[in-house]
Amino acid sequence: MAAPAPRQTLARRLAGGQPSYRRGDGRAAILFLLPGFVPFLLFTVLGVLATAGLSLAHWDLVASPRWAGLDNYKALFDDDVFRQVLRNTALYALGVVPISTGLALLAAVGLNLRLRGSLALRAAYFTPYITPLFAAALIFQWIYDPRAGLIDSALYAIGVAHPPAWLNSTTWALPALIIFGIWQQIGFSIVLFLAGLQGVDRSVQEAASVDGAGRWATFRYVTFPLISPTTFFVAVITTIGSFQVFDQAYVMTSGRFSPDNATNTIVGYLFQKAFVTANTDYGLPSAVGWLLFLLVFAVTMLQFGVQRRWVHYD
Amino acid sequence: MIPATNPAPLPLRERRPRTPRELARRGAIWLALVAGAAVILLPFAYMLASSLETNGQIGQLTPQFIPQPFEWGNYQTVWQSLPVGRFFVNSLIVAGAITMGQLLTSSLSAYAFARLRFPGRSLLFALYLATLIIPFQVTLIPNFILIHYFGWHNTYQGLIAPFVSSVFGTFLLRQFFLSIPIDLEEAALLDGAGHWVIYSRIILPLARPALAALLIFSFLGSWNGFLWPLVVVDSEAMKTLPLGIIEFQGQYTVQWNLLMAGAALSVLPVLLVYLAAQRYIVEGIALTGQGGR
Repeated sequence: MAAPAPRQTLARRLAGGQPSYRRGDGRAAILFLLPGFVPFLLFTVLGVLATAGLSLAHWDLVASPRWAGLDNYKALFDDDVFRQVLRNTALYALGVVPISTGLALLAAVGLNLRLRGSLALRAAYFTPYITPLFAAALIFQWIYDPRAGLIDSALYAIGVAHPPAWLNSTTWALPALIIFGIWQQIGFSIVLFLAGLQGVDRSVQEAASVDGAGRWATFRYVTFPLISPTTFFVAVITTIGSFQVFDQAYVMTSGRFSPDNATNTIVGYLFQKAFVTANTDYGLPSAVGWLLFLLVFAVTMLQFGVQRRWVHYD
Repeated sequence: MIPATNPAPLPLRERRPRTPRELARRGAIWLALVAGAAVILLPFAYMLASSLETNGQIGQLTPQFIPQPFEWGNYQTVWQSLPVGRFFVNSLIVAGAITMGQLLTSSLSAYAFARLRFPGRSLLFALYLATLIIPFQVTLIPNFILIHYFGWHNTYQGLIAPFVSSVFGTFLLRQFFLSIPIDLEEAALLDGAGHWVIYSRIILPLARPALAALLIFSFLGSWNGFLWPLVVVDSEAMKTLPLGIIEFQGQYTVQWNLLMAGAALSVLPVLLVYLAAQRYIVEGIALTGQGGR
């Protein structure tokens, strides 16, 4: 994950305080930075600050904004649907993160044996990740079709009389999203794990097996601790991604997040409140946006905190 | 695989003879990996098969993987019943402009961060990096309001503007630029070359692999974009491919053969880019730990 170290001379020159042979760098810097900095300032920095500010106001873009204090947040936590989308999003993350990370680790360890065709296999596992989400979601909506879709028609064929109604069932709709999420995520995690595994010094593993450690013991006590930074990174990235789930839930339910909000998510709720509801107050969905930011921020901090305790860097 | 026939000394683990048990174990792992890959690819096969079925076949209760006969007309129907060509061109324009914008702004900023000395450089770079954790959805509403005030609803500018700079791209390219030896530039500087010349004649050509990785990430990311177009576009003429196909979903709720033909039309270009550039994509992800989404 780290780029090669910069050359010493360069690092010294850039870090050191000695006068450079370059003059007028400041003016050049402004010219080089400006094209990227203006959109960055407008759409990212200003965006985050404005979300925080708007979350404390009522504003419909017509009348002037009114101060709301914490009213929007109170309204959110009084709303059953909002509590439901928080629960859905948390369950989605709890389903996708451990399963996709675990399966990806298994697959990566297997692919790392460099068996026949492992490059082609890696490419196959990675395909869903680069497939447009909306198109993949459309395919899965058809696969989940309770009448003639792939899964249920196969279940009928082997004699299951009442297979799950998947996206039409309040019980099975979220699991359907989770299965899709795992399918979609796994290749990305595999690529990160393979990079981690390639960084493991083989001589350490050799030493363990010469010392009489079995395969499982070698993996459990040598390889796994050595790649734990990667495991952590994968878990963080996947968790953050899970909090942002939207496209697939929207597409698979034709924008309805049906049935009964069973597939609605934090971002889905934000979208509905900002762009579907009539007489929009942009304050409330901004509060959702700010909570999403705090959530992502908290997970990042928490996981980096835990990481210091049990992740081994050599 | 038979060590005795190979005269060159091999590393330890290669030289160890494989017992039958070892071979069986490797075989089992291989089979498991192939089975996993088959499960992963199955939805694509199902998409292609369904896209070639007739209206009669698609409703049957037994899943089919080889339609008889192949109904190529589905693709024609999809292409004609919607301005798919228009959606395709819109997606191409938007993704192309975002990609070019990100390559230009990221490489310029990365040059400044990697090669220029100016006050507050580390602070500014830290600010850039810190914003990497901000999900795009967090800034969705202010961005929408900004576009509203610019009057950019249903315009290419509206679709493109929020994405013309990329913190991820700046970070990726800066790391790469730092790994380029500075000697060449020193010679050029002594010859009186300015920063623009060094950037465009020395750094950019040397950074081709990193630029290629960023190009692919940007293109795929913007080609797949869904939420932002959904928010800023509602006119038929400005719809990108995802929005067009979703509209199609509303029209043909149960005609899965047509919907799958539509899905295939949007997936295939991406798969082609992927197959052509797989190496850059995988290396770029391994290098940065991100996929530009």
